[in-house]
Amino acid sequence: MVQYSPPHFDASFGALSDPTRRGVLEHLGRSDASITALAERFHMTVTGMRKHVGVLEEAGLVSTEKVGRVRTCKLGLRRLEDEAAWIDRYRRLWAARFDELDRVVDELKREERANGPKKRR
Amino acid sequence: MDQRREGEVSPAKNHTVVERTSDCELVVTRTVNGPARLVFEAWTKAELFRRWWVPKSYGLTLLSCDMDVRVGGQYRLVFRHEDSTMAFFGTYLDVTPHARLVWTNEEGDAGQTVTTVTFEERAGQTLVVVHDRYPSKEVRDAGSAEAMPEAFDQLDELLASLGSGAETR
Repeated sequence: MVQYSPPHFDASFGALSDPTRRGVLEHLGRSDASITALAERFHMTVTGMRKHVGVLEEAGLVSTEKVGRVRTCKLGLRRLEDEAAWIDRYRRLWAARFDELDRVVDELKREERANGPKKRR
Repeated sequence: MDQRREGEVSPAKNHTVVERTSDCELVVTRTVNGPARLVFEAWTKAELFRRWWVPKSYGLTLLSCDMDVRVGGQYRLVFRHEDSTMAFFGTYLDVTPHARLVWTNEEGDAGQTVTTVTFEERAGQTLVVVHDRYPSKEVRDAGSAEAMPEAFDQLDELLASLGSGAETR
């Protein structure tokens, strides 16, 4: 039926399920940062932070760029916006459908009342 | 899930809630002001179903709507949007009167979406829960590109203009 598949549905939300990764996104929302700086900020090893950033990068939420020996991370918000927009579109479709359904059900109720209810209780 | 109590019935539109319950699942929840048998009827009789499935504001014309609502029965909906037509079809997997409907959506080459709808009556109102299970990520990404007609952009615009009346979250 009329359905649109959500783009990148799972990756983003898997990425957002972790509090450290949400913290990283919040931090990058204020300013770009290197992996080393993020590791310090979140009290973890560079290797650990690299993994988190990898997950975020895979989900399109963060982009990284290596300049010399420093890998700088910044927000790659686009897909998050896409996804939120997708969900919102989907909800609006259903809200609109249900509003029309209300009318149909109201009409059925009126008909039933007019024709006498078939109560079985 | 927040449940409506008696006395909360109002002429205002009920709230439509969309939740993501896993990587590949979306759940839509909505209370309809009517008994389950009538709501179920509106979901299973083609002449009623076609009146609400495609909201008027979407600019789509439903050319035909065939529904053989029984286990193993097929449905087929054909729409026109401007110059293009699109067909949506699938099979009913479960039909439990006034309680549950399950169907597949098979028009993509890339795997099936399974939709489960449950109807739960409470004090004359019916809680409708629509659960969509999408195929795997790869299948879904491939499928979405194919299944999405060029009309999608126009739908976007139409949807954006639908904004009023629909609460954000």
